[in-house]
Amino acid sequence: MVEVLSAPLEVGFDYTRSLGPALSRFMTALRERRIEGVRGSDGRVYVPPVEYDPATAEPLTEPVEVSAEGTVLSWSWMPEPLPGQPLDRPFAWALIRLDGADTAMLHAVDAGTPERMRSGMRVRARWAAEPVGHIRDIVCFEPAGGSASPPTPAAEPAEPVTMVTTPIHLSYRHSASPGESRYLRGLADGRLLGGGRCPACGKVYIPPRGACPADGVPTAEEVELPDVGTVTTFCIVNVPFLGQRIKPPYVAAYVLLDGADIPFLHLVLGCPVDEVRMGMRVTAVWRPREEWGTTMQNIDHFKPTGEPDAPFESYAQHL
Amino acid sequence: MTDIAVVGFAQAPNVRRASGTTNGVEMLVPLFRRVLADTGLSKHDIGFWCSGSSDYLAGRAFSFVAAVDAIGAFPPVNESHVEMDAAWAMYEAWAKILTGEVETALVYGFGKSSAGQLRRVLALQLDPYVVAPLWPDSVSIAAIQARLGIEAGRWSERAMAEVAAHSRAAATANGLAQLAGPADGRVDVDDLLAAPYLADPLRAHDCAPITDGAAAVVLASGSRARELCERPAWITGLEHRVDSANLGARDLAASPSAAAAAAAAVGAARIDGVEAAELHAPFTHQEILLRGELAALGLGDEVRVNESGGVLAGNPMFAAGLACVGNAARQVMDGRAGRVLGHATSGPALQQNLVCVLEGRDQ
Repeated sequence: MVEVLSAPLEVGFDYTRSLGPALSRFMTALRERRIEGVRGSDGRVYVPPVEYDPATAEPLTEPVEVSAEGTVLSWSWMPEPLPGQPLDRPFAWALIRLDGADTAMLHAVDAGTPERMRSGMRVRARWAAEPVGHIRDIVCFEPAGGSASPPTPAAEPAEPVTMVTTPIHLSYRHSASPGESRYLRGLADGRLLGGGRCPACGKVYIPPRGACPADGVPTAEEVELPDVGTVTTFCIVNVPFLGQRIKPPYVAAYVLLDGADIPFLHLVLGCPVDEVRMGMRVTAVWRPREEWGTTMQNIDHFKPTGEPDAPFESYAQHL
Repeated sequence: MTDIAVVGFAQAPNVRRASGTTNGVEMLVPLFRRVLADTGLSKHDIGFWCSGSSDYLAGRAFSFVAAVDAIGAFPPVNESHVEMDAAWAMYEAWAKILTGEVETALVYGFGKSSAGQLRRVLALQLDPYVVAPLWPDSVSIAAIQARLGIEAGRWSERAMAEVAAHSRAAATANGLAQLAGPADGRVDVDDLLAAPYLADPLRAHDCAPITDGAAAVVLASGSRARELCERPAWITGLEHRVDSANLGARDLAASPSAAAAAAAAVGAARIDGVEAAELHAPFTHQEILLRGELAALGLGDEVRVNESGGVLAGNPMFAAGLACVGNAARQVMDGRAGRVLGHATSGPALQQNLVCVLEGRDQ
């Protein structure tokens, strides 16, 4: 059993979402430190609002302003808050029915200890210092009673909120397969370990695959491949993009190593872009040995060998 | 209507942390081999492949495409995928066979929950405008649901612990279980209740464990099913329903969608003749809630529920619901039951539910 390589993987994206009319009014009101629901066909007031009536599916258009104070219907205790949650100290999650609303909203209650929580308790919204038109303009709720925070002047009338941005960040531990782990360790030694040759069809994959995608059987035999191969197909990159390492134009090509049955994508540099062609023979240009790691980036790029082109038939099955 | 049966079922061991990748290939290759060997089929005999998995769980895009490597999809196969529990992939496969286009289908689901933070990942299935931006985690939402039922007198922390004790005792006979009680099967409810809260009012035993795993089911129609399996588990009803995504606008202490799916699946006013049920309840109170909904339709106390230990003994996300249906079907295929009910859930607080009723028939 090979010990597999693994590494942290952080995935993040700022989701921007356009709003329908009901949610647009809701978010616009939040920016003014007000809470607005919408009335459904059954007369119920939905907070947060819904765009369409749950019973008739008609668009809902009658806004109803409700209180920023309400009643806890049920709750749970969060002793160790997770990243992204409203508070970074222990708090309660609660379903809160605001005065004037018929449905409950889910939010955090800054109660300090679970002993201060009970269903039926009164809570009120704590507003962000600078609301922007987002559900997180309500920082959390807090037990009502005592003196309310001083009322804040409504914001100057401005354009309605029509878009919300929500950053999403997730953390993973990404594991390579046993074959990929051997391959990555091989790269750290300057070797190209392909394989898992398929016991059924004899094809050699690089990077290795756990199962032959054609036969569905585990691939076992390891095959060391040379760092020389053939360009099967390529494109000339003319468009700049975020994170680009090289100034366009440059060539991204599929390189089929000699003895392999699947090409991989890499860079072909070292000649004018208009000289790169299908069938061109290329060899790896490795980075200085002290920069090597368990990564394909050890090969900086491929460059032409100057050999005669490979005949089309030699790679026709690998396009 | 075309008769369709479950003719094969296999499940990977439920484990806290699998060594493989998040594309499931390492778990799926042996699973496919077993389920094909059991039915005497080769991959070329499968008319349709359908899977359930999640890119958010895998932390990579199109993870289900990498999983297709496990099939050996050459020549190209007839294949589809749902970003849901594979029980819903089974629904698609069942509908595909109903069209008459294919006679057999292999359905599979896989998930490596240990790769990420499951509680956070599941927050992303919530409303993306006003709920998900707060990152309410799956355990906290279930805990709010549990308290509603406790305070309404529908269940108690003790009754919830009894569900966990039953699961762990039953799971001692399930070699694939991740959590099982001591070998003598005796789990002390008072010991369970002495544990601290994980998310008041839920304790660790109230929550299904974080599990890596996979499951596969083979479906076949009519005479083909009888060729492949001595005692096929014939699907007499397969339905799914969904409740509002608006958590604060529905009664979380009830599951109208589970009741509606069950009523439609039995095709009658009452559930009749069911001897065993596998209910997909990732939290103890949800098993009580589901039993209540099904009892109202006539599911009696004598029905054996979650003899496999259920998902409290191992909950491989995106495969667990299919495994519940598969474990129910196996009771028919093994001759242990004549009529069974399999259930799968998806979404927060039992939002979406699927019910499959299966039965054995004398040839």
